[in-house]
Order: sequence, then structure tokens, then C-alpha cells
Amino acid sequence: MWRDHLTEIIVFSLLFLLVSVMGFVAARWRAPKEMAHLDEWGLGGRSFGGWITWFLIGGDLYTAYTFVAVPALMFGAGAAGFFAVPYTIVIYPLVFLVLVRLWSVSHRHGFVTPADFVRKRFDSPVLALLIAITGIVATMPYIALQLIGIEAVLKTMGVTGDNALARHLPIIIAFAILAAYTYQSGLRAPALIAFVKDSLIYIVILVAVIYLPYKLGGWGDIFAAADAKFDASPNPNDGILLNGNNQLQYVTLALGSALALFLYPHSITGVLASRNRDVIKRNMSALPAYSLLLGLIALLGYMAIAAGVKPLPGNSAGSVDNNTVVPLLFDQQFPDWFAGVAYAAIGIGALVPAAIMSIAAANLFTRNIYKEYLKRDASAAQEANVSKITSLVVKVGAVACIVFLDPQFSIDLQLIGGVIILQTLPAVALGLYTRWFHRTGLIVGWVAGMGLGMWMLYQVASPTRKHFGGSAFPLSEFGFDTTRTIYVGIVAVAVNLAVAALVTLALRAAKVEEGVDGTEPDDYFADEGDPRITPGPDRDADSAREPVA
Amino acid sequence: MAAPEPEAPPTAPTRAKDHSPWNWLLFIPIVVPLIPAFFNGDSPRVFGFPRFYWLQLAFILLGVGTTTLVYQMTKKRGGS
Repeated sequence: MWRDHLTEIIVFSLLFLLVSVMGFVAARWRAPKEMAHLDEWGLGGRSFGGWITWFLIGGDLYTAYTFVAVPALMFGAGAAGFFAVPYTIVIYPLVFLVLVRLWSVSHRHGFVTPADFVRKRFDSPVLALLIAITGIVATMPYIALQLIGIEAVLKTMGVTGDNALARHLPIIIAFAILAAYTYQSGLRAPALIAFVKDSLIYIVILVAVIYLPYKLGGWGDIFAAADAKFDASPNPNDGILLNGNNQLQYVTLALGSALALFLYPHSITGVLASRNRDVIKRNMSALPAYSLLLGLIALLGYMAIAAGVKPLPGNSAGSVDNNTVVPLLFDQQFPDWFAGVAYAAIGIGALVPAAIMSIAAANLFTRNIYKEYLKRDASAAQEANVSKITSLVVKVGAVACIVFLDPQFSIDLQLIGGVIILQTLPAVALGLYTRWFHRTGLIVGWVAGMGLGMWMLYQVASPTRKHFGGSAFPLSEFGFDTTRTIYVGIVAVAVNLAVAALVTLALRAAKVEEGVDGTEPDDYFADEGDPRITPGPDRDADSAREPVA
Repeated sequence: MAAPEPEAPPTAPTRAKDHSPWNWLLFIPIVVPLIPAFFNGDSPRVFGFPRFYWLQLAFILLGVGTTTLVYQMTKKRGGS
């Protein structure tokens, strides 16, 4: 059966090989004098200019899973899946306002992770540990999900096996290569590969959104086909427009996902790797190009409806795997070689974020667990080494999740991941503006938000499952007389904030020790060439800079 | 480049820039895309796209325009 897809497989393999070579060569790209430092391995020397940052963050935030799952959601549920567009509009002004401050304070103090910042700001190793663990736990399933993106492509190409090991062998090989070059080149590898990944994706999608509507009878016909499908389905909440029940869910999900996305360790890693504040700010105007792309990709779900694509069967009998609709659409509508390019774009699209996420998780472990609790006097070289090894462990864990557990488990965990990473908002994002919250208040708020979020997710049923059926929580569960639903994460973080504020007031009344703020107000505005950088990282400031893009 | 050595850290002007009132404009692209009343409808259609789709895609331009404007109005002057 894979023989029918030989051209696709050859094109896919060649492009995959190309980026693997690039991944290893990346170690020499903009090479530093000393690679054995976390600033170099984990943050690319904090030196990326405009273009590299654009590709890196774009490649980081818009993952293969996004490209596969968003159209799958549109295919299955309609308008509700389009939340990805407002979500990726809202995030950039937020980063513009908030994460530039994190960049500045990290630049001056040499922070590598958000937990580093919290440690210094609130003088609380416990709070920093909670932030680090939250980040690691939220990131792991996200890495595993990238594999699901690759798997959807492999499935469509007929690369399947009779047993679990044979079926997963291509993914294991792909991740072994990825692990090897990430180990060697650090953040430089995904930064370099992102150029290829994003160029491929832009070409594929531009061709698709121009050619497919022409072939399928125009946009009017595509929307009409989608409308007809949702009219015929028994589900009352699908359709090409939102209804009264899911509007609140739509906007809270968009806002909550945006807040969650910029708290994810891998986004912060991408931002901290840029050279100065201007690079970040300019990128916030340029990155929405990807949102446009994502909006068009989402509409591929409707094109699949219009083209009459039938998704491949899922892992359990009788189920269908909607994640295969986009690969199938390409297989059906395009010549084999072009479908191969599209598959490679998705496959490589999985590698870039997976690499950055594993680096971000490894940095958290190294800085906030290893250095904090296991080896206080770790040298810069030891830190880099621990991080490299941890990145390997993280990837092995992600592969194991997919091979040994039901992939659904990773999807559930990722759903949970978005909700739990939001619980770091008070300490990390608000912490950048104010130290009003008491450190113990933040800890108690975190516990409350986590507990409530988990309970709410557990309560959400879907047509096929009793628990963890999604993130749309019916307000009737709280005793409201309504059929409206709301995004779990927003409620959980609101409770988190309220609890943190109340506990803060109580502790302040009781005059409980608050610790010392290790940062100063003007740390939050420091920029490249700052004269007061805390010593430590031996950045070779006098070496010639790459030309600014 | 080739900026004269700043003897005193230029904290005061930097601070003033970060507190620029222009930053408030950034709340427009945060709030507007989250109001379904604007976009949750079918007509008018543009190139066959229902309003729900083309207007939300147009909000991307709103975001780009606002961040660009704020960046231009708040960036450091004098090429430093």
C-alpha cells in the first residue's frame, strides 16, 4: 500500500535528510567561542536578529500539531475551530507589552527561564520550583503531540506496520536524529531549520489556497458545502457560524490560549534568544503573517469537506482520525511530488517546536531543579551539559508517551497543559509589573487554580467520553440556568488571582516576612549594550555582530 | 551604532518611553477580536467569505497596524 505513495515518500525523505544535515551543521552557524554555556546552547547566545527571530518564534508557536489539528477541528465542528485566528491576534500585543519587560530583566540578570525570574523577584525557591514543574509538565505532552502531526502524515502515505514497534519505527528514527542534533547544536538547530520549515509551509499553503478554491468551484461553494454538512449533522453546536451557546467559550478560549501560549517555556525561550527589545517589538508586527497563514490553513478543513475527503480510521474500531483530513486532501488534489513537499512541511514543522520545547524544558530542569536543589555550585559548562542530557531524556519520554500510551492521553494532557500553564500568570506576567502579591499568596493561589482547573476538566463530558472531553465547561455545573459554556483555564486563573489577592491581604495584615525583591524598577527597561549586566555569562560583546536583518 | 559612551545609565528617558500613552492603543487589538457581536454573522460576504471569516482575518491587519504604530511612536530616536 505504501508503494502507491512512493514519490511522496521519496520527496519527504529527501527534505527530511536535508534538514537533518542542517541541524548538525547549525553548531557552526554563528558559532561562539565557547559553546559550553547555557546562554549559548539554550538561548543561541541571546543574539538573534529580526529575521532569525521571526522564523524561530513563528516556527515555535505554529506547530505541526496546530497545522493538522486546527483544520481537523474546522472539519469536525466548524466555526468553533476558527478561534485560532483571534487567539493568534491577541497574543502579539500582549507579548509587546509584557514579554519585552521579561527580556530586559532577564538580559540584565542572566535569567534563562521564567522560574529564574520568579526566584529573584519573589525571593522564593518554592514558588520558582512550582513554576518550573508547571512548565515542564505542560511542555512534555506538547512535544508528544508533535509526533501525532508526523504520524498523521505517515499514515496517509501508507507507512504503517502490523505491530506497535513497526508502526512507530519511522517516528523513533526521526526523533533520534532530532535528539542528536539538538544535543549538539542547541537552539541554533531549530533556528536554522525553521527557515526551511516555514518557507515550505508558506509555499504549500499559498498554492493550496489559490489552486484549491479554483478547483472546488470557488469560496462560495466551499462554505456552502461546509454549511450543508453541519446542517445535516445531529450536533447542535457545529455550523459555519457560532451560536448562543459557544460564543463565550470561543472568546474565553481565544484569550486563555493566548495568555497560555506566551507563558509556555518554549515561547519565552524564543523571545529571550533575541538580541534586543527592538527585535522583539518589530517582530510583534511581523509575526501576524503566520496568523494569516493559520487562518487559511484552518479553511483547509472546509476545503476537505467540499472535496469529499473521508478521514482514515482511528486507532480504536469505528472511530475516525480527523487529523488525517489535511494530508488526505493534499494526496487527493495534488500531484504526488507536491503532496510530498506538503508532508515534509508538516513533518519538519514538528521538529522545530519539538526541539525548542525540549530545550526549554531542559533549561527549566537545569536552572530551577538541578542548580537549585542538587548542585548549587554548578559551573556554566556543567549547566550546559545537564541541559543537553535532559533534552535527550525529555524526547525519549515524549516518544514513549506516543508508543506505549494511547495518543488520546497526550491530547488530554495537552488540554490540561494549557490550563495549568495559565496558573503561572500571576507570578510570571503580573510579577513583571508588580510585586504587590505575597509569595505565599501566589503559592496558595496556584494550588487553588490547579485544583479547580483539574476538577473542571474532569467534569467536561463529550459525546464519546465521560471525563476530559474538552475544555468547554458548561456553566450549568456551577448552578447557572444556562446552556452556555466557558473555557476552563480562564475560570481557574480568575480563582487563582482572587485567592492570591485574599491571602496576600491576610498575610500582610499578619506582617508575614515577604522576602527581598532582587530586581530594580529600571531592570525592566534595560536594553542591548546595557552597562549594568550582572556578570556571569561571558558574552563576547566585542566580537563582530551579524548584520541586522 | 558608534554611540557616545553613556556615562550615566539612561534610565529616566527609557522609563518615560515605556510608560508612553501610545501603549494603551495595544488594547484595541486585544479587545476587538474578542467581541463576537462584530463578526458572528454571514453578511456581507466578501469573495464568498461570510463576515465571520473575512472580518476575523481582517483583524490581523488591525493587530499589525496597531503594533507597528505603537512601535514607531515609542522607539528610541537618534539611531541609538
